[in-house]
Parts: sequence; structure tokens; C-alpha cells
Amino acid sequence: MPESPVVLPVGRHALLIELPGAEAAEAFHAEVLRRRAAGTLPGVTEIVPGARTVLLDGLSEPRRLAAEVTGWEIPPPQRGSEAAVEIPVRYDGPDLADVAGMWGVTPEEVGRVHAATPFRVAFCGFAPGFGYLTGLPERYHVPRRSDPRTRVPAGSVALAGPYTGVYPRSSPGGWQLIGTAVDTVLWDAGREPAALFSPGTRVRFVPQDGGRE
Amino acid sequence: MEVVRAGALTTVQDLGRPGHAHLGVPRSGALDEPAHRLANRLLGNPADAATLETTVDGCAVRVTTGGATARTRARTGTTEGAAAGTTEGTAARSGTEPKTGALAGAVTEAVVTGAPCAVTVDGRPAPWGVPFRVPDGAVVEAGPAQRGLRSYVGFSGGVHAEPVLGSRATDLLSGLGPQPLRDGARLALGGGSGGADGGRVRAGAAPDAAPWVAPPRELVLPLVPGPRADWFTDGALRTLVTGDYRVSSASNRIGLRLEGPVLERAREGELPSEGIVSGALQVPPEGRPVVFLADHPVTGGYPVIGVVVQEALAAVAQAVPGTPVRFTAVSG
Repeated sequence: MPESPVVLPVGRHALLIELPGAEAAEAFHAEVLRRRAAGTLPGVTEIVPGARTVLLDGLSEPRRLAAEVTGWEIPPPQRGSEAAVEIPVRYDGPDLADVAGMWGVTPEEVGRVHAATPFRVAFCGFAPGFGYLTGLPERYHVPRRSDPRTRVPAGSVALAGPYTGVYPRSSPGGWQLIGTAVDTVLWDAGREPAALFSPGTRVRFVPQDGGRE
Repeated sequence: MEVVRAGALTTVQDLGRPGHAHLGVPRSGALDEPAHRLANRLLGNPADAATLETTVDGCAVRVTTGGATARTRARTGTTEGAAAGTTEGTAARSGTEPKTGALAGAVTEAVVTGAPCAVTVDGRPAPWGVPFRVPDGAVVEAGPAQRGLRSYVGFSGGVHAEPVLGSRATDLLSGLGPQPLRDGARLALGGGSGGADGGRVRAGAAPDAAPWVAPPRELVLPLVPGPRADWFTDGALRTLVTGDYRVSSASNRIGLRLEGPVLERAREGELPSEGIVSGALQVPPEGRPVVFLADHPVTGGYPVIGVVVQEALAAVAQAVPGTPVRFTAVSG
């Protein structure tokens, strides 16, 4: 039996629903979206999935919903069969050798493992269009850099903890940089949709040859 | 409109872009929302028209009527004519011509709300909190804030900028929306809500003057327990409601940073990233809380010890560095 969600009030108009793990959070998030689409969810401004939580903000009667959600029947996550977004990548990041050291493999092998892994966007945050992508087996999880960079170039493909991600624009950052996404625009306000990644998007990295001439 | 003096920080703001947090996009929008709304009401603008949010030392802009303004004027006249015709009894109820209707055909109107400041048009004093006319080519200046921190400069028809996800707000964290104003930059006026008519609302609906509450000498913030209050010691929770905090000069549109006693954690370790609301009081590892404001990140990995009630955030937007802050526990 799955554990039931823990409902934490956040101010007077929001609830943070904490699930036992990432998969349960994904299933709960899917259920929230299903109920909203069916018109059975009370009005809500933001639905924000996290690592193992879902935040519902802008509720007029959060207590009422809080009492309801613990009784929801949540089916296991339905993994959609939609095509994965493919990100061409050159594995040329400045931290590639460090990551290879932590994994105990060659730098070339880091790219091979990363590109062979099917990823999903667990949640977004940090910057518009930044997705926290899960799927990397636990033995490949690496810590953040002890000295964050003040400037990480846009398009950097990076690792931290259970996640991989692509920096949508130049910003400070502490993740381990293993590569560079080629010809990929993560965020374009003039595009519909503006964000290439949204929670649930399947992602696959495709190694590019000739990137290290 | 040409920026003559951008000041320390002047941005275009409206009601923000709610509904996109799941894509990593903060809500953003005017920090003192009541002041922004009031500016639009005084001008007869729709609530989502954009104003200039200017910080600390104000700004100055030259308003010129080019072709665009002429079009706005013509359109405004048409819209108001139609509104007057379809809104029964507006003039009859008030007993006068709709106020803005008389002015709209002639010149641009502007108003300054939020933090009180000296207002001038081409160097001559103009009222604060009351709409005034701006002749073609005149420079409208909002001076340094005399009380509070952020003034709002509104123009009839609103400040135009290309909307991003339905909003013209400058989001300093994400870099969305127009860049903060720079000297010499040009911006268009008009465009209102972004709707096809660029629409002014019913002219007779505008109030005459601005109600205003002075920023208190001490900011008292009602606080509801946060989702991660249990990550802190009982002592930390007591410190929070009894300790002397002050607004730090490092505060910005992302968060109100505080100086004061450190809040001790009961549990160590990292919190997996989770969604964050405006008003959340997040405590980073060094122990001093930050009240998250409009440009706050949508998710965060530090525990939220409490949440400041939404109604108090406008006062937070006007708190100058050094202002004493007290948190007072209220029920959720």
C-alpha cells in the first residue's frame, strides 16, 4: 500500500502536498492535472511539482481541499508514449574529467552513459525553461561543485544529485558541466510553447560528432 | 516616451504573469500592487495596464506625441465616446462630464502613486497622487521617495512593451520582460491591456485622489507557520517572533533580506526542491530569513519557516533598509 500524502498548509491560500518519493509525486501531479482538466479541482493559480511535492497556490478554500486529497485514489503514473525531445549535445564540459573520475570511467564513457539514459522532466525551476531531468541510475549521482561558477554558459549540460539539466541562459551555477547542447533553445518567449521542457517531458541526449576538432 | 533619467532602478510593471510557475517562471509584477492598481484607476486605465515602478530616487521621462500617440488619442476618444454612450447614466450620476473624457482629446495624462515624492512637469510642481496633464514634449519627473521606497508612474493608456506570457512586467530574476530603464531608452505609451482596443475603462469610474497609508516606522508582519517550521528548534521559532530584525540593504524585488538573530535548525541536511509562494520566509544555511517577493524563484531547496500573509506584502515593498521588522504569529 502506498503511503498517503502529507498535506502542509503554506500561508492562507496554498497547500504543499508531500509524497513519499519522486514517483508518487509524479503520480499525484498527474492526478491533479487530470482533475483540473475534468473540472473537479477547485480554482488554483499555480500547480508546481517539486522533487517529491506538489504545490497548489491561489486556493480560496485550502482547508477543504486539504481534507479531500488524502482520500484521493491515485493511479500509478501513466508513462506517455509521446516522442522524446532530442537534444544534440557535445560532451565537452569543463567538469567532464572530474565526473569521469567520480564514476570511475573514461570521459568518453560519461557521454555514452548520459546519452543512453532516457530522461524525464521531473519539475522545472531555477530559471524559465530549466528542467530537472531524472532517470540517471543512482550510482551516477554526483554532488554539486563545492565552488559554484559565477557564470555558466547558456546551453551547458550539467549534472547534480539525481538530476541532469541544460542551462537555458547564462547564469551562475554549481552543477557539474559535462557538455554543450547544440542548436537547442530551451526558452523562447516568442515561441509557443515558450519552454521546450515542461514537467513530464521525455528527453534524450544525442551525441554530436565533430564537436571536439 | 524617452527616458531622461532612469534613476537607481526603474522597471515596467503590471500584475505579472501568474500561472507559469511550473515552467520556472515567477509571477513578478508590481511589488506594491495596491499603488500600481491605484495609478491605473486614477487614470481610467484597465487594471493590467503597465506603470513604471521606480525605486529610491525616482526617474524622469519626456513624453512626446508622435504618430503613435495621435493614434492612441483618436482611439481613446472613440472608446470613450462608445463607453459614454453605452454606460447608462454615468454623466447623469456624477452630474458632470466624465473627468478624463474632457482631457483625453487634448494631452497625455500621468499620475504618481506609491512612495510620495516631488513631482514636476518641465520643472514646475505637479501633484502627487492626482492625475495631471502632460503637454507634448514635456519632461515628467518623479523625485526621490520621501517616505517608503517605490513610486509608480502611470500614463493614460499605460506603458507599452512587448508582452511576455501575457505580461509586460520586468522580472529581474529571470530576465523576462523589458530591461530596466536606461537613460536615453525609448518606450511607447498606450496599448492598455493588450486588447485590440487598447481600452480605457469607463471614464466616470476613476476616483479623484489617492488614499495612502504611510509606511510604518516598524514593519509588523503577520506570519503563518510555514510548511517546514519543524526543521527549526523551538528556540528558533521563539526568536523569530521576539527577535529584533531589520531590513537589509541587500533587499530587492526577489526578496526582503533581514539582519538580526540567526534561526537555529533542528534538522540538518538538504531539503529536496519544492514550490515556493510569495511571502514565504525562507531560511538559507547562514540562518537569516528572507521574505520572498514578486520575482522570487518558483522552487527552492531551503526550508520555509513561515509565510507572511499576502495583505502585508505591499508594506514590505515600501520598507527602507534599516526599518525594524517584527513578526507576529497569526493563525492560518
